[in-house]
Amino acid sequence: MRPTWTGWLRRRGLESLPPEKLLPDTQPAYVASLVYVFGALTLAAFAVVVLSGLVLAVEGVNWWHVSRAGLLVNSIHLWGTELFFFFMVIHLWGKFFMAAWRGRRRATWLTGVLAFVVSIATAFTGYLSQQNFDSEWIGTQAKDGINATGAGAFWNVLNFGQMLLWHIVLLPLAVSVLIGIHVLLVRRRGVVPPFATPPSAGGEAGAGESGR
Amino acid sequence: MSDVIAALVNLNHPGHYVHFGWIEISVANLIVIALMVIVFVLALLLPIPHGGRK
Repeated sequence: MRPTWTGWLRRRGLESLPPEKLLPDTQPAYVASLVYVFGALTLAAFAVVVLSGLVLAVEGVNWWHVSRAGLLVNSIHLWGTELFFFFMVIHLWGKFFMAAWRGRRRATWLTGVLAFVVSIATAFTGYLSQQNFDSEWIGTQAKDGINATGAGAFWNVLNFGQMLLWHIVLLPLAVSVLIGIHVLLVRRRGVVPPFATPPSAGGEAGAGESGR
Repeated sequence: MSDVIAALVNLNHPGHYVHFGWIEISVANLIVIALMVIVFVLALLLPIPHGGRK
């Protein structure tokens, strides 16, 4: 039978992510610490932000100025974002101090860094979209700063339409794709084992084992 | 309830900022960062409630 790209994709996919790796039902013993929950908490916050953002997109940017329900959903969107960054930064601290790029996890680390940076840009375009005096202030100050970099020629923070569309289409798509790749990479390589403990007199302890 | 919260945290004044050289940060932001450090340390120290599975 003639080889097809779909067959090739299926074989490559199953090779790198067989079902037991893609959706595991066990985890290594060393993942028995609360410091490992912050990635999942970040994902949960991201889900809240996206869902509330969808509702805001349905009603438009004036909704939270004329409706109590709009104000509630907008607040959920903002506080979801605050928690998203709160949990993501703690997740970053944990991964940095356990050197989570070890063991062929360079791409996992890099997609995480990129997701962080693109999330910041998403948040900034969100702050520009508030339709209040604060967003006007942010716009003029950011225009001043970004013009100094030269990027102001094609990325105009005072162009509300451009900023809003970057905020609700381009940047969330980029963040979602990066997070998706990041999580798949974690599934593929597994959670990074702790640093190898020095051998003690009685027995041995190495990467992957944790005394409990 | 909102009266109680309003009494505890008076928001009707300009924000408070802390200034060290070129670093200027709001007290609110500083408190959030301090909270993050506390949560991080607690996550490292506190055991998971019902032990690890395999």
